[in-house]
Amino acid sequence: MVRINGEEINVSGMTIKEYLVTTSYDMNRVAVELNGDIVPKALYDKTVLKDCDSVEVVSFVGGG
Amino acid sequence: MIPTKEEWIKVLNEKHGEDVQKKLSAATVAICGLGGLGSNIAVSLTRAGIGKLILIDFDRVDISNLQRQQYRMDQIGEYKTSALSENLTLINPYTELCVHTVRVTEDNMEELLREADIVCEAFDKAEAKAMLTNYVLENMPDKYLVAGSGMAGFDSANLVKTRRVTKRFYLCGDGVSDVNDNIGLVSSRVMLCAAHEAHAIIRIIAGKYEI
Repeated sequence: MVRINGEEINVSGMTIKEYLVTTSYDMNRVAVELNGDIVPKALYDKTVLKDCDSVEVVSFVGGG
Repeated sequence: MIPTKEEWIKVLNEKHGEDVQKKLSAATVAICGLGGLGSNIAVSLTRAGIGKLILIDFDRVDISNLQRQQYRMDQIGEYKTSALSENLTLINPYTELCVHTVRVTEDNMEELLREADIVCEAFDKAEAKAMLTNYVLENMPDKYLVAGSGMAGFDSANLVKTRRVTKRFYLCGDGVSDVNDNIGLVSSRVMLCAAHEAHAIIRIIAGKYEI
């Protein structure tokens, strides 16, 4: 299980990109943190999620 | 009569303590976007006696900005960089200002932000917020990034918070209130988020990293 935004989700073995396309997140509006570090966008399709990983997807909204 | 720099620093020392003020006076902060967030953040940081502000925006002051941004009716049509510089200088002429009237892109970010200790994200569009956040955190590992997301509408002030997402990434706002959901933008709530960002910046400079 992978902890994503505080929720345990069964996505071990998927890449970050594969996970994101199963969600409603807009890839152009997110920053992804994995175990305390930001994941470069170019590595979304190369970074495989493992059991016990902790992920936070920050999805920006408009306004300022 | 404008007070001298010595008189101004004396006041800042009294309010902030000499040690913290020394750090604030030595700090350089880049503010990306000078709208509801950025103009209010710039006012807070100027009053706090930050050493240098890098102010970046390509846009001009519009009547629709005046409901929440730190501009005046007689400044409509001026570039925000020059209108804000004027207003900040009237508050305190001793914070150094460096302005760039350009759109921030992945191609010019390195140069625009090079001198900054802390980068402040204060754009209005979600895509621009994400672009700046990703670029700074990926390519500028020595800098701190303070960003804002979610301050539209009339929801409670108490939902606006500061979070530390990674060691060098602080995120302010309620995270969800999107201006594109037609809930409007209210001066008080935008200023609240701006104050969260400004305060996070001041705390980082003071060496208080935990939330």
